[in-house]
Amino acid sequence: MALPEKLVDEFNALVKNYPAGKEGKRSGLIPALHRCQEELGGWVTPEIMEDLAAFFDLEPAEVYGVASFYPMFRLTPPGKHVIKVCHNISCDLVGARDVLAKAKELTGAEVHGTSPDGKFTLEVVECQGCCSTAPMIDLDNTFHENLTLDELERLIGECQ
Amino acid sequence: MSGFETYLMSRMAREDSHTLEGYKAQGGYATLERVLKDMQPSEVTEIVKASGLRGRGGAGFPTGLKWTFMPDASKDPRDRYLAINGDESEPGTCKDRVILDEDPHGLIEGVLMACYAMGCAASYIYIRGEYRHQYRRTEAAIAEARAAGLIGKNILGSGFDCEIYMHMGAGAYICGEETGMMESLEGKRGHPRPKPPFPAGFGLWGQPTTVNNVETIFNVPFIVERGAEWHRSMGTEKSPGNILVGISGNVKRPGVYEAPLGISAKTLLESPDFAGGLHDGRKLKAWFTGGSSTGMVPGSTIDTPMDHDGMQSIGAMLGTAAMIMIDDSQCVVRAMEVVARFYDHESCGQCSQCREGTQWLHQIFRRIEQGKGLPQDVDMLTAIASGMAPGKTICALSDAAAIPANQMVKHFRAELEEHIQSGGCRINHTGNFARGASAPTEVHA
Ligand SMILES: Cc1cc2nc3c(=O)[nH]c(=O)nc-3n(C[C@H](O)[C@H](O)[C@H](O)COP(=O)(O)O)c2cc1C
Ligand code: SF4
Ligand code: FES
Repeated sequence: MALPEKLVDEFNALVKNYPAGKEGKRSGLIPALHRCQEELGGWVTPEIMEDLAAFFDLEPAEVYGVASFYPMFRLTPPGKHVIKVCHNISCDLVGARDVLAKAKELTGAEVHGTSPDGKFTLEVVECQGCCSTAPMIDLDNTFHENLTLDELERLIGECQ
Repeated sequence: MSGFETYLMSRMAREDSHTLEGYKAQGGYATLERVLKDMQPSEVTEIVKASGLRGRGGAGFPTGLKWTFMPDASKDPRDRYLAINGDESEPGTCKDRVILDEDPHGLIEGVLMACYAMGCAASYIYIRGEYRHQYRRTEAAIAEARAAGLIGKNILGSGFDCEIYMHMGAGAYICGEETGMMESLEGKRGHPRPKPPFPAGFGLWGQPTTVNNVETIFNVPFIVERGAEWHRSMGTEKSPGNILVGISGNVKRPGVYEAPLGISAKTLLESPDFAGGLHDGRKLKAWFTGGSSTGMVPGSTIDTPMDHDGMQSIGAMLGTAAMIMIDDSQCVVRAMEVVARFYDHESCGQCSQCREGTQWLHQIFRRIEQGKGLPQDVDMLTAIASGMAPGKTICALSDAAAIPANQMVKHFRAELEEHIQSGGCRINHTGNFARGASAPTEVHA
């Protein structure tokens, strides 16, 4: 598989933000990984890593080394919806554990797992910068803050 | 709010505060124009130096002084950069996002002034990957500013050229450490670099670089506009000015508030202008003074000035001024376990003391919390922490993990011992909602 032309065009524009030369060019790698994950099925496949390696003049192992370092990059396919529950201290103090228990119950997914029907992937994440609007979840890349258990039920219901 | 002048959040009440129109209507970019027309770069640095502004990223380093570490351009003609740290991942910290959301042009104006002062032809704003909304807001503001001739070549006809680029992180706390952030910006794993060399000599792509926090640079246009004396008239002698304080945890009105440095933490907790106090009938058990890395201190220390010296006087730190309030319905051992788990998860693994130490601390706090602690565990915690810090590793994450552990043993030894002796915790950790701990909040005051 080759990267879609649209993304190649985007990446050619992106690397102009950084100094010329190989070292400058590879600076576009993390933004490019984000775009691939967004556009190409929600995870970074081995093929994508090979294609990005070719684009950025790197070895596939270097791209893998970067992709696997950052928690936001997914190296296995997710369910249709991804729910991330912050379990760090400010959220923990105001109910994150209850949120997590409820999310497990409503989705049928285990933490860092996908529900049997493939609909939900459930994750715990570290502080998301929503500490004074805690507790929070991130559902499909959108924050939901000042969350209540009823609101959680409603959000998950909308995904069903 | 009464009793002191507010300025950092003054523009944010306006609906369109994040747009160029909203910003200009409130006087935005007028000071930049004056700077580019009438001031030498060194004059800008001098004002910032004289103002006493200290970095808001956690360490409180004097900003103007940091700028002077950049090599003299006449002797070192290399390209130079300003890197803005918007990684904001320290647990409890949620103040840079308010700036990115509500007043991104204020940041941009500050970036342009700082680049002018240091002779940087480009700046990179590094935003944590989870801040999608904040990223888009800032990106849109940059596009507006560029279209208005405020970014790019020959800004406002002054002959000064400056580019500003956005860069998105991908969820690693260690990329908030300045050299980890630079590695990440270069498309690598966020492994902090051994120092020296320091960023001013060898930073992004090996070029001279200054790293500043979002809120630090956001302060610059206010200071340049109104002068160093004005800035020094607020806050304390060693920590002048106002600061954004994030208050979270078991309080009535969690939020991000503006207050002068040196204000009593008790006022921030109790005043209806700020967090509005604890929930009825509760007492303050403990609090993190400035993010999880500063550790927990007992609730009895709350009447202390929120500035660098005040926090030092209770053996704590100002950090990012992110106060996390823990009431007496909570278990401090449990709170510590959560924090220890975080550092275990975030260690980048380059240094053995940090890689192993964060894991051991987490394991021990977890087993104490679960009622499986051993009598020797408390002393073991201190021994492990002393092997991790201070200054024994490539970066300060190891210190950031050791400090809360040390604070825990120092202030809450009895709680640890009680857990070990009685085989667990008497507090039920679920049901915080039922205790009314969560209340609707405002993002800003
Ligand atoms: C583990 C670790 C995490 C850090 N995270 C951040 C962060 O998220 N944001 C930030 O501005 N500074 C962070 N810092 C501090 C930076 O290294 C650096 O001191 C700061 O960005 C400098 O800006 P200032 O002088 O304007 O405060 C962190 C430091 C360490 C050791
Ligand atoms: S102290 Fe920890 S986080 Fe910092 S470089 Fe060493 S292992 Fe990595
Ligand atoms: S602790 Fe959950 S968002 Fe900060």
